[in-house]
Order: sequence, then C-alpha cells, then structure tokens
Amino acid sequence: MKKNVRIVINGAEHRAEVEPRLLLVHFLREVAGLTGTHIGCETSLCGACTVLLDGMAVKSCTVLAVQADGRSITTIEGLAASENLHPIQEAFWEEHGLQCGYCTPGMILCAHDLLQQNASPSEQEIRDGIGGNLCRCTGYQHIVNAVKAASRKMNQRQRAAARAAD
Amino acid sequence: MANEERPTTTGFSVIGKRTAMVDAAEKTTGAGKYTDDLSVPGMLVGKILHSPYPHARIKRIDASKAQALEGVSAVVTGEDAPVTYGILPIGHDEHALAVDKVRYVGDNVACVAAETEAIAEQALELIDVEYELLPAWFDPEQSMKAEAEFIHEGRPHNIEKEYHHVFGDPEKGFAESDYVHEARYIANEVTHAAMEPHSTLASFELDPHTGKLGRLTVWSSTQVPYYLQHKLSLVLEMPMAQIRVIKPLVGGGFGGKSEVIPLEIIAAIAARAAKRPVKITYTREEVFWAHRGRPRTIVDLKTGVKKDGRIVAVRARVVQDGGAYCSYGPVTILYSGALLGAIYDIPNVGYDGYRVLTNKPACGAMRGHGTVNVRFAFESQLDEICAALKLDPKEVRQKNFLKPPCITVNNLRVLSYGLPDCVQKVAAASRWKERRGKLGRGRGLGMGCSHYVSGAANSIIRSDMPHSTVNIKVDRDGGVVVYTGASEIGQGSDTMTAQVAAEVLGCALSRVRVVAADTDLTPIDIGSYSSRVTMMAGNATLRAAEEIRKQIASAAARKMNCAPEDLVFREDKVLNNNLGARALSPAKEHRNAAEILETTDAPRGPSVSGRVEGQILRGSLQQKRKEEGPKDWMTFEEAVVAAIDFHGALTGTGSYAPSLDARGGKFKGAGVGPSPAYSYSAQVAEVSVDEETGEVTVHKVWAAHDCGRALNPVSVEGQIIGSVWMGLGQALQEEMVWKDGMLMNPGLLEYRSPSSVESPEIEPFIVESIDPEGPFGAKECSEGSLAATIPAIANAIYDAVGIRLREAPFTPERVLAALRAQKNAKKLNLTEGVDPTSPARFREHGGALWFRGKGPQRHPRDPAITGQQGSAGGDD
Repeated sequence: MKKNVRIVINGAEHRAEVEPRLLLVHFLREVAGLTGTHIGCETSLCGACTVLLDGMAVKSCTVLAVQADGRSITTIEGLAASENLHPIQEAFWEEHGLQCGYCTPGMILCAHDLLQQNASPSEQEIRDGIGGNLCRCTGYQHIVNAVKAASRKMNQRQRAAARAAD
Repeated sequence: MANEERPTTTGFSVIGKRTAMVDAAEKTTGAGKYTDDLSVPGMLVGKILHSPYPHARIKRIDASKAQALEGVSAVVTGEDAPVTYGILPIGHDEHALAVDKVRYVGDNVACVAAETEAIAEQALELIDVEYELLPAWFDPEQSMKAEAEFIHEGRPHNIEKEYHHVFGDPEKGFAESDYVHEARYIANEVTHAAMEPHSTLASFELDPHTGKLGRLTVWSSTQVPYYLQHKLSLVLEMPMAQIRVIKPLVGGGFGGKSEVIPLEIIAAIAARAAKRPVKITYTREEVFWAHRGRPRTIVDLKTGVKKDGRIVAVRARVVQDGGAYCSYGPVTILYSGALLGAIYDIPNVGYDGYRVLTNKPACGAMRGHGTVNVRFAFESQLDEICAALKLDPKEVRQKNFLKPPCITVNNLRVLSYGLPDCVQKVAAASRWKERRGKLGRGRGLGMGCSHYVSGAANSIIRSDMPHSTVNIKVDRDGGVVVYTGASEIGQGSDTMTAQVAAEVLGCALSRVRVVAADTDLTPIDIGSYSSRVTMMAGNATLRAAEEIRKQIASAAARKMNCAPEDLVFREDKVLNNNLGARALSPAKEHRNAAEILETTDAPRGPSVSGRVEGQILRGSLQQKRKEEGPKDWMTFEEAVVAAIDFHGALTGTGSYAPSLDARGGKFKGAGVGPSPAYSYSAQVAEVSVDEETGEVTVHKVWAAHDCGRALNPVSVEGQIIGSVWMGLGQALQEEMVWKDGMLMNPGLLEYRSPSSVESPEIEPFIVESIDPEGPFGAKECSEGSLAATIPAIANAIYDAVGIRLREAPFTPERVLAALRAQKNAKKLNLTEGVDPTSPARFREHGGALWFRGKGPQRHPRDPAITGQQGSAGGDD
C-alpha cells in the first residue's frame, strides 16, 4: 500500500515510494537525508521539527509525507541562499539566540513565518509567534532579541533594495 | 578603556569580550550533527521493552516469537549483561536490562534490534514476560517504614543513605536565639526535559587478530564520555582501551545526561548480539522514564535568630524521594546539607538527610544539584522570620554575610564572595527600598539568594588523577588545536576553551579549533556537570597554552635577541614588551602597536584557515622576513615556525586538580560540598497574583550572579537567564505527577515547561569577584542562579497577597487554596467526581502504557489498596 510522492525540498525534487503512515519529518531525515530538522517530541508540542510548507511554518511531525506530495518544503538547510546566511540565521548567531542548538532550526523557521506575516513585530507579538516552539536553554530572551534583530536587518535590506531599484 | 587596548601584559584581548559561540554556524544552518542524526551502514534500530509494573519479580521471559520475526536481528535481556553498574562507586545497583526484578514503571526489560522501527515495535509486542507482583512504595516517608520486600537487598527500610551532621552546637544556638521559626517545605519532583531526547549509536569493528568482535565505538548524547567509557567497560567486560566514546552535538543536558543512562549500555549489548551497529533513540515518553531529575524533597527546617536578624542556628531534616536506583542520590542528599548554611555566616548547623528508595524512576543530578530545594526552604523561612520581626529581608541577608577569605562551619573554603555586590545590584535595580511592600495588594517584590560549586573538589572516582587534562597542538601555519574531554552541551564549553587558549597564546580566536569529548583523541576529563568545566578544563587549557607559549617564547626570543620573559603575546603577534616600555611612551607604544597591526599580513577573522594560495603567499612572506634577521616583533605564525624549527612538534599539556586546602573536612560525607570556588546569586522577582484564579504572573526578575570573571559576558548572561528561567518553571508550573508509580504527565505539553509567552523579562547583572583559583578569576555561572528564583517568587507572592506557599510549584490550585485559607473560606474540592483513587491533583493522561491496556496492576497486599498508605507519592 505504498504511495508515490514527489516533494520539492529546498528547490530539489525528491521522489520516493513511502508508507502512508510516514511522517514528513521522517521523510526529510531518512529519505532526503536532511538531519537539520530535529525531533524533540513526535507529538507536535515542541516545534523542533518546524519546516516551511509552501512558505508556511508547520510542525513536520504532524504532517504526513503523502500530504506534502506535490508541495514545496524549506528546511533549515535550504534557508540560506548560496553562501550567505539568511538574516535570521545571522541574528541568532550574533544575538546568542541559541545554546544547545536543538530547537534552533525550528525556531528560525518559525520566526521566518512570523516575519513574513509581520515585518516589525513587537516583543509580545514575537513571544506569541514563537509560543509553539519550546526551548529549554535560553529562557527565550536572546531568541526574542534575535528575532527583533532579524526584523531590523530584513527591513533595512528591503529598504536598501527598494532604494537601489529606484 | 584605552589601557585594555594596548598590547601589554595587563588587559585582555579575547576574554571578557562578547563572543559568539564557536559552534553557532553549524547550529544555525542545520549542518551540525546530534547523535540521532548519525547513521552507519548496516545500522539497526533498537527498541526497548519497559516494565508495566512498579515492582515485580521477573519469573520468565520468552523472546522466541520476537526472535523469529522477520527483520529482527537480536533480542537481548538481562542475561546478556548481568553485571551491575551505577554512576557512584558506592551505588552499583543497576542492570542495563532487568535481571531479577523490575523496580519502576518504565524499567528496562528487553531490547529488540531490527531492520526498522516498525518491526522492532512489533517484536516488542511478541515478547512474553511473566511477572510476580510485589508491594510497591511510592511515598518516601511510607517507604522508610517498610519492614519487608525492600526495593534493593542491603538497603533496609528502603533507605539508600542517611547522613547526620552537626557543626557547632545547634541546640545551644536555638536556646540563645531571640526568635525561632520552624516549618515544613515541600518541593515536588521536576525533570530536565532537554530538547534532545537521549540517543546512542553503538558499533563494533572486527578485531584484526582474531576476526571476532573487537573495538566498540559509541556515539552518545552524554555529558560524561569518560564515565560512559568506564561503565561500558564494566558491564561489557571489555578493557576501556577497546572502547571509544564520541560525543556529537548534545541538545541540552542539565544533568540528565550526566550519568550513564540505560540505553547507552543497552545499545552496545544489542550491537554485540546482533553483530551489527545499533542505534536507540528514546521517545519523549522514554526520556521522562529515564528521568534522573530533581527529587521530591521534604524539608523540615528550623532557624533561630537574634532580634536584629543575625542567624544563630539552623537545623534541617531533609527527605528525598530518590526513586528506584541509587544514581547520584548520596551526592544529592549531601549537597543539600553541605550548601544549606554555607552561603551565610551561620555558626551552628544541624543536618539530617535521608535519601529514600521508591518504585519510581531514579532521580539524579539536575541543574543546581541538591541545593535548590533546601535553598527554597531556607530563603523562604528567612523571609518569614523577617515578616515576624518586621525586618527588611535585604538588610537581614546583609547582616549575615560571610567575611572571606574564610572557612565555613562545615569546612568549605571561601576565597571570593560577590554576594554583597549581587544583593546591592538587584536591590538598586528593582528599587527595593522604595517599592517593596508598597505596590498595593496583588503585586509584590521578593528576594532570594543562592550559591553553587564551581566543580566538586573531590571527584566521584576516588583517585589522585587531575580532574581535567588538555592537550594543545600548534600547526606550522599557526593553527591551534585544543584537545579537551570537556563536553559541550550548549553551555559554551568549546567557546570558553577556545577563548582561554587564544588569550594565553595571544592569537586570533579563529586560529583555534577545539576537538572535544572523544575518548580516543582527547585526554581524560571527568565531564560536564557540577559547573566544573570553566574552573577545571579552563585551568587545564590555560596551563597547556602556557606551556606552548613558553616554547614559542624561547624560540622567538632567539630571533628577537631578547629574553623570553620580555615577550608579550597579543593580537596575533609576539612583541618585545621591554622594548616598547623602554623606548616608547604609552601613547607612542599604542601607535606603534597600531602600525604593527597595519603592516603585517597576519590573517585575522574567518580567513585564518585560509586557502592554499594564501598559505603559500604567507609562506613566502615568512621566508622573506626570516632572512631579514633579528626583529622587534614577529607574527604569531612566524613565531610558531621558529618554535617548530627549533623543537620539532609544538605540543603542550596542562592539567588541573583542585588545591588541597579546598577539599574540605574529614567527617563522613565531607567529600561533597567542597569546591575550588563558589558562585553567588541574588535575585528580586516582581509578581502579581490574580486572587480570582490563583494565577501568579512573574513580571520581571532582576538576577545578579557572581561568576568570578565573565570570560564571555554574553554567554554568562545566557546562562543566568536560562537558570533563572528554569527556576521559574519549577516555581510556577513544572511538576511530575504520579499515580501508583505511573507518571501521569510524560509529555512536553503536560509537563508544562514554560513557553515564550509566559516567560518574563530577566535582567542579568554580572558581578566579578575575580577568584584566585579560577582561570583569569572565573568561576561557575550555569547553575547557581536557579535556586534563588523559587524563593524570590515565593517571597514576592507573600509581599503581594500575604500568603506563604511552602509547596512548589505554586500552581493556581495551591495559590487559591492558600488564599481561601487566609480568608477562612471553605476549601475548594477541585477533584469532585474524579476517580477517587487518583491523585488529588490528577490532571493529565497516563501515557502510552496506560492506553495499551497495560496500566499498572497492584499487588493484593499493596498497602495503597488496603488503605494503610496514602495513595501516590506525589499526592497532596
């Protein structure tokens, strides 16, 4: 009863025959070999496995691989364009927004979704936005600072790009 | 500060700067590998069969059906490795897989190694185990009264260990006191809940001489690679030299990975039986069963003071619910006593500690090991005394400060003591004097203090071996490789190591590469726990780097026609300081240094490891400069080349053992508590209490921490915030809830670790007392802050609404009950209509075992059934 799926991950197409029960997170880690997406609980509570599904943050342990058929996934490995880090990755690095790093990929992708919807979130909006992603090291404070810094960076770059276009 | 920028022997160029973690790149891009990310060809998946009973004898295990299932390579049981082990030499009471008895719901019975996880799970269902149920003990105070059916042989009345310490004369002290306060405090059980579930991959290679299974390599999520190597050697009956333990990235530890966790040995046993590599990764529920967290602790505390608040005597009776195995238990119960009174100057201390066995997962070490729950009791009681005597809690603490350098009444050596500054800082920042008691009903401020060791002065392996040893190798192009056994678990140990090496060698941080925690490559280090790494591995790194510096200096001095002592290593250069000091005014010297920086080709920043062309170019420049004859300064690379030309290889070793006078007294149990240095923390919490719902909101915590010297201030702040936050979780919401030995909340939703939404702002203040024994004066910063948070919040709740909460966590139920008691209102029955045998604060579902129809059965003679015993240990 295996199903064929075609999933575009970080721009590259992956075709495989999978069990219908296979979770997207297991597809990413075991079929596509992308281990940057971590598993913290397998029950959609911790958010460590957050990825972007057609640009929207989802917990990939709550999505079946067959549900992602024909759709596009971005994992932490695919966030940075070429050699440059994404501004959110830079901000987490610079603001000490991580310690053990296990929640970091999910946290970054969740922040990505948040900043797509709201380019300049307030502190409370950031805290609400990442509320589904648990971190056990940082007490969230440096993560919140990192998201603020990322927001500033992205807005600055957008303005610079707009000026360049003028 | 211009002074710090000058290349002289004072001031620092690497440490003390806000430095991003050296492993941040791999962690922000997903490139870093944790154990579960690893796989090797032919690898099998291991799954463990757990006991559904809290206490039972195993009569028979029939694994033949599981063995016969297609895709199953091996099924292993206790018979496959019957040797006992335990983290403490005095506590070898565990089997990797149960041999005769199971002792808690979740205990390990068998393991299947199969091609896929699904096959392994199917095989678990086919294992037939016959159990004979035994009476089980869930409450420590009941368990202590047991007369038969003890959990372990040789532990009568289920008491793992008891200690009775008297320092000074507590009874005389109470008699001389003007006021004596006595109360019972309870802190319920909490667990680490690190984000990464435990994972182990074990793989044997063939012995080249015999063709049989030879060396074992284990990749594991561990804080203590060397202890793991040792215990594997013990249980698998192999020499340690035949075992290699590698620690990949670890996704948080907090103590939960600071001892050998069953899966780490089970994976190796299964790999041996299957003759193929086996990886086991715990599910989140299994992580809760593996536990080793902070025990439920009952503290009966008595404090006597003079009218002015000067503490005269303290006596505590502490009972810890240790769970089914020894684990770190004796150390935990000793820490509770040793650090109880040692933060203040208290002349008379009495302590009775009982570590008790129960049929629940074993408790072990958790952040703030042994000190947290007694600190909650002590700092709460101090606040109660202040309320009774109408004294300011801040001033009372100030009256009781130690006067270092000193030896505390229980023989702990204190050289640096930043607590007075910590108290001052948080009092000022929170405007304590103006605002405490004046925020109106419903809102309040509370203060708490805590302290912690910077590593234990006496290692649990009783030997004279240094606690940390570090090797450094320098390559010809100036690349510095530090080999350390210290385990990076997110706390920043690799970054600290690189910083210390770079500071001593005066080279760019980017030259330094840290190879850590691989028992084949890195010299022995006893691991990352008890906040020992900066003090011990930091000192070892410092000494190894000094040895290297000496070798470079002797070679460079020849080239520069000066004495080695005249040389200064700064900013990727070796400079003749004497020349600078003699010939140049400070301003000129400064300019000179700047000129030097401009004119050199020394690579700085991320390009250090450089491309090949770059190296060739640098090589030819070096050659040119080499031919120029004696010089006033050399680049780090030139100096390294000179040293390698002279010495051959450039390697250095440094080690650290705590100084003898820091190792404490001679009485039984004196080994636990002594440390080379202690950290100190003072905190003020601001809370509001909703009197309708009982909900407590923490608005802000001001936290000052004395870490000796902040080697990396941003990392220190991260540790302070993380510790305070974890304390806040224990104060308000985290709690393991039990029913008949079964964990009711084995999931991240039910366990309720605080999310970003309910986490307040925490403002960290760094206090630097510059400890004489720490590397550059540094001491602990990752644990000590946790303990102060819980009493600070309890005291703030008292300030807000006048209720005293003596049981943590301060859930809305408990707050509401206390508020109603305050108003003499009728007690709310929150459990009306709920199963009468369930705990009063039954809240959550019972986990997978429960749903599979394998819920715990009770022995007919079980006291809980006959009604002689209270129900679950965690019951109200």
